[in-house]
Amino acid sequence: MPDDIRVLIRSNPDIVTARQEGRALAALTGFGATDATLIATAISELARNIVSYAGQGEIILRIVENNPAKGLMIISRDAGPGIRSVDDAMRDGYSTSGGLGLGLPGVRRLVDEFTIESVLGRGTVVRATKWLR
Amino acid sequence: MEVPILKQGRYLIATIQAALSDEDLQQLRRTLLERVIQFRSRGVIVDVTSLDVMDSFATRTLRDITYMIRLRGADTVIVGIQPEVAFAMVQLGLTLEGVATALDLEEGLAHLEQRARNSS
Repeated sequence: MPDDIRVLIRSNPDIVTARQEGRALAALTGFGATDATLIATAISELARNIVSYAGQGEIILRIVENNPAKGLMIISRDAGPGIRSVDDAMRDGYSTSGGLGLGLPGVRRLVDEFTIESVLGRGTVVRATKWLR
Repeated sequence: MEVPILKQGRYLIATIQAALSDEDLQQLRRTLLERVIQFRSRGVIVDVTSLDVMDSFATRTLRDITYMIRLRGADTVIVGIQPEVAFAMVQLGLTLEGVATALDLEEGLAHLEQRARNSS
């Protein structure tokens, strides 16, 4: 299995880098154009949350295997303020910044598996996996 | 990467490239509005054919652009949203409410012409 791809997210241009890396890895994994776009879009949203709410963090892209299934896992990790209520953040339309919200329910719809761990004052880790069909 | 803006008669055509950052989008919003005022443009086409991701920020900015230009009395059409991009937008829950869209540049221009005829 190839090594993880790690993209540091510190400012807006890093969002573009992360989603381009994601699209390239998706193609390499064997995903078609539609799934690659869903993956790239999910990365874009997660990376944007890092920039907007945590300031900096990283996106890790990992090819995962669960015989015989193969997939791509996006890990978004930051040491930001954390999310007060993950349940609220996972509801459509919820926002703490008056914008479009964290977009987390949307990201969950783009992938097959989605987990989120957030600790106030410690940071947030999101894992989103798309399986190859 | 700056978005090239072409003046075609009464219209402006902005062609977005794939690696579009948030700054590029904000720059586009500023520049388009300036040009619409400068050239007294009647319509604007934003061609997103090359854009491979339309996330929440891109969607919101395109919607803002359309609303701002409308306040100047000009129309905006977004053309060339790729099928997989449209699919991702809907999954993500993004909408372009009140924003005109068309298949490609040609249909976008036809839409602007139609609007110009109806209002004259």
